[in-house]
Amino acid sequence: MRVTVDLDLCQGHGVCESEEPSVFELGKHEQVTILVEHPSEELRSQVQAAVRYCPTSALRIVEEE
Amino acid sequence: MTTAVEQRRPPRVSGGEGENGHLEELRVDPIALLERVHVECGDIGMFGLGGRDVVLLNGAEANELFFRAPEEVLDQAEAYPFMTPVFGEGVVFDASPERRREMLHNQALRDKFMRGHAATIAREVEQMVAKWDDHGEIDLLDWFAELTIYTSSACLIGKRFRDQLNRRFAELYHDLERGTDALAFVDPYAPIESFRRRDAARVELVALVQEIMDGRLAAGPPSDADRDLLDVLMSVRDEDGSLRFTADQVTGMFISMMFAGHHTTSTTASWMIIELLAHPEEHQRVVAELDQLYANGEEVSYQALREMPWLEASLKETLRMHPPLILLLRVAKEDVRFREFTILAGEMVGASPWVSNRIPEDFADAERFDPSRYLEPREEDRANPWTWIPFGAGRHRCVGSAFALMQLKAIFSVLLEDWAFELAQPPDTYQADLSKMVIQLRQPCVVRYRRRDRSAEGTRS
Repeated sequence: MRVTVDLDLCQGHGVCESEEPSVFELGKHEQVTILVEHPSEELRSQVQAAVRYCPTSALRIVEEE
Repeated sequence: MTTAVEQRRPPRVSGGEGENGHLEELRVDPIALLERVHVECGDIGMFGLGGRDVVLLNGAEANELFFRAPEEVLDQAEAYPFMTPVFGEGVVFDASPERRREMLHNQALRDKFMRGHAATIAREVEQMVAKWDDHGEIDLLDWFAELTIYTSSACLIGKRFRDQLNRRFAELYHDLERGTDALAFVDPYAPIESFRRRDAARVELVALVQEIMDGRLAAGPPSDADRDLLDVLMSVRDEDGSLRFTADQVTGMFISMMFAGHHTTSTTASWMIIELLAHPEEHQRVVAELDQLYANGEEVSYQALREMPWLEASLKETLRMHPPLILLLRVAKEDVRFREFTILAGEMVGASPWVSNRIPEDFADAERFDPSRYLEPREEDRANPWTWIPFGAGRHRCVGSAFALMQLKAIFSVLLEDWAFELAQPPDTYQADLSKMVIQLRQPCVVRYRRRDRSAEGTRS
């Protein structure tokens, strides 16, 4: 899977960082940085939670072959 | 392409023949006006507001254009002239886009602070209901407006400041909110009663804040644990040692910080109670969910951050049907194309949560209060990110939406676990007061409460 962010939508709430800090980093920044564009399958449920609970629906999982 | 095609103007809605266009209609029945633009003109249409034209966009495609546009194209700063006398000159609207992003990105709203806020909110609700008898009546607007003054000041400014506020602060704040007559688009200082009360309220609020600041100066600095945002602002000094921020400036900052989260949350909480009482089956589902979630004595601060599907769905449905803001505005800084139409630089551009949230193509049986539309597989909010817009969308989406939902979940966790409610008026007498840009309930809006008796409920069912 690949994780993408729509930076028109991200407001830096940091929910994704709380769900999975190894993939999403906010720190003191205004918008998220995706640290791992292709997270391993083991992280799927955490990444899905980050996507689901993003207050601005800015994150997506793109499935890859 | 020819110039004539490029400059094609959006169609104009009927009415508004007078000097100020549709201003008078906007002041009396804005919903009728906004709906008529949609019906007569479709996804893009115009109405007149004073000497200006407002281009109203509707539907997913037009709304996406509206919400994705950067400040440099559709600017929010100049779009709300009725707020300047409320906040004070130079408080928010003179800030640069960068500065505004920074201010919008309020640290207090970040995810990691939410649990502490949930505990604060639960405590504030408990303090308010501690004054109740076993049964009685409340006016929804008065009660929730006071509660949300305490919750928003406690969470955004700090407990020390909140503890120095009382009911008077809430009443004055209400006068500010009532001072948002659309007449401000033509003259923000027109000699009308609501503007006079607005300005008097602001003067008195500054005096209250001055008194608090004087008291703190006399008492000396607080302990680090007690320090709140006011202490931080008061610690900023000019070179000659005087305070950098006057009471007037501090008051303006606090008013503007609290504004977006106050009437919106208060009104939503009120409508939530009214809708639940009008829909007993949904009401029962929400209470049963809470009873189950809190069966083992969980803390509200823990639970309010977790999933409460029926309560959340009911809140979302309340927000869809009663969006606290019915018209969002920007000013075009350059010409903007939508399909074959051109919006000209200088024109105002609007999107309407009221109209969008009811588009029948996107929301099945749109006039029906139906929380199940948010559950899988329908999820009509996620399916329609550009038309399910009680919080707006895109770049300017309400930064407090997660805080607001958490706050409402915490409020109803306390209220519905310990108290039962019933309408004290005929259902159709609960109406919105649409005569101000800040929409609130029309008073009276009274409901009865009584302490829940679980054992009696058990034997009845």
